[in-house]
Amino acid sequence: MSEMNGVTTSRQRWKYLDRVLSRPGPFTDEDWVPGEEVISFLESAKVLVIGAGGLGCEILKNLALSGFKDIHVIDMDTIDVSNLNRQFLFRQSDVGKPKAEVAARFVERRVKGVKITPYCGRIQDKDEDYYMQFNMIICGLDSIEARRWINAMLVGMVDMENPESMKPLIDGGTEGFKGQARVILPTMTSCFECQLDMHAPRAAVPLCTLATIPRQPQHCIEWAHIIAWEEERKGDILDNDDPEHITWLYQKALARAKEFNISGVTYSLTQGVVKNIIPAIASTNAIIAASCCNEAFKIATNTNPYLGVPETANYMMYSGDDSIYTYTFEHQRKEDCPVCGNLAKDLEINARWTLQEFIDSLAERAEAQLKKPTLRTEKSSLYYQSPPALEEATRPNLRKKLFDLVSDGEEIAVSDPAFQIDFKFRLLFRDK
Amino acid sequence: MLKIWSMVRFTSASGQKKKKVTAAQLRVQKDLSELSLGTTMRTEFPNPDDILNFTLTIEPDEGMYKDGCFHFSFAINQNFPHDPPKVKCLEKIYHPNIDLEGNVCLNILREDWKPVLNLNAVIVGLQFLFLEPNASDPLNKEAAEDLRANRDAFKRNVRKSMAGDSVRGESYQRVLK
Repeated sequence: MSEMNGVTTSRQRWKYLDRVLSRPGPFTDEDWVPGEEVISFLESAKVLVIGAGGLGCEILKNLALSGFKDIHVIDMDTIDVSNLNRQFLFRQSDVGKPKAEVAARFVERRVKGVKITPYCGRIQDKDEDYYMQFNMIICGLDSIEARRWINAMLVGMVDMENPESMKPLIDGGTEGFKGQARVILPTMTSCFECQLDMHAPRAAVPLCTLATIPRQPQHCIEWAHIIAWEEERKGDILDNDDPEHITWLYQKALARAKEFNISGVTYSLTQGVVKNIIPAIASTNAIIAASCCNEAFKIATNTNPYLGVPETANYMMYSGDDSIYTYTFEHQRKEDCPVCGNLAKDLEINARWTLQEFIDSLAERAEAQLKKPTLRTEKSSLYYQSPPALEEATRPNLRKKLFDLVSDGEEIAVSDPAFQIDFKFRLLFRDK
Repeated sequence: MLKIWSMVRFTSASGQKKKKVTAAQLRVQKDLSELSLGTTMRTEFPNPDDILNFTLTIEPDEGMYKDGCFHFSFAINQNFPHDPPKVKCLEKIYHPNIDLEGNVCLNILREDWKPVLNLNAVIVGLQFLFLEPNASDPLNKEAAEDLRANRDAFKRNVRKSMAGDSVRGESYQRVLK
């Protein structure tokens, strides 16, 4: 039927998919036009998958089998032998190779006509221009830090003149038998940062317990991890993936456990505690990844209503802990979200003003009325009212001209003890 | 996809190419503006542009540690306030809740940390450690035993250690003003 990437593919493979793509269904919008245009959008849509681990393998396979043809994948890890039970795109002979690369090649071999572009590295290596090329981003991550980073990046990328700069973020996550799938429309719906309280942090053990009266094998391992390492191998940076380092911690923990008559310290428990590993369950990954990819497919094609439309459900939680339970709801935006609430307002300024003159003008502006403002940019402290040491250090800035302190279009954050919220302004130079 | 783009309603968002003030910086900025240091504490910023790393000096004017001068390093990461600040005592001191490496056992710096707590809560906690050393939560076991066994002997040890003498074979740093 069509020709892509120089490969003639038979539409036969997509026969079942075409049933939803080429005719309206009970849930399609009245003005939705099925057929050619929808199919060609699906095939040209550029999607980014972050993570090629347990969820990532499932997501890549699902997207390829849902008709997406231009998929990119980022992962910084290499394949470990312990991944092979569930990360089914990898084989014994792949151990040690980068996950993104191996996963991409495997899916390309199995699903003809799909192009998967791997990048082996950190998401933080890439900039706004890189993320701007995609239509949507699907995350299968195990770290909150990485999620917060990509979320803040996507919220910051939204540009009022260009609707396509709003990239739907589909996030999957699993922990044992539990999981969730959610869709975030940056700046329009509740973002990852708004939802941070959905993640209960791991309970920390008091340092004193670790130092004096350990009761559990985990306490001995934490002691080796936090205290013994610092005392005996100061300067060495602990690498969780270095077997020598883990063995050292294991031996230390074992000796301490013996001293306190505690049993149960093993090498794999040491690895688990240090790396904060929660057992991964293949079928939970499969369920969550399937849900994420269904949403991606529906967003790209509009065949059916999807998660994440403003003022409707955007979060699906799944629990298989006690029989089975799922609940889908709308997680509301937080007005004071540090990432998506309180976005910077444009403020035209005269760059030849001194910082003092600018501060005086803030007091007069109706929308601000800041009497004792403290101001900074990402890289420098402009003026701090307190503590005294910072006030003294930043006082000379008051006499400097704005163009010496900030650049055109740079964001400043202003706080004032009289107000609960902070103000963010993007300074635009008048008369350039 | 076209449908989703048509839903995009822009209110206050704008294209921002420049690096933005981070959530952690914003929160620390706020916390610093609400800090009440009194006369016994002061801060020092080695790099005034970097508000996430600074030193706090405490000079207790009452209690067993009166007239001492103690420095604490504060290192705050980009995950603040979800992660607590990392606080270390920079002097080697004799204290049941501070070990010889400078690690501090203060509940709100670890297990009881909550994002609603602020830097002021931490410095009040540190101040309190000098007024009321706590033998039931020891990090320096010997000091805790001394405090429990004989409060007066413990006080004498504190004064000795602060003068730079050794206590129970361990030498301490002179911290008297």
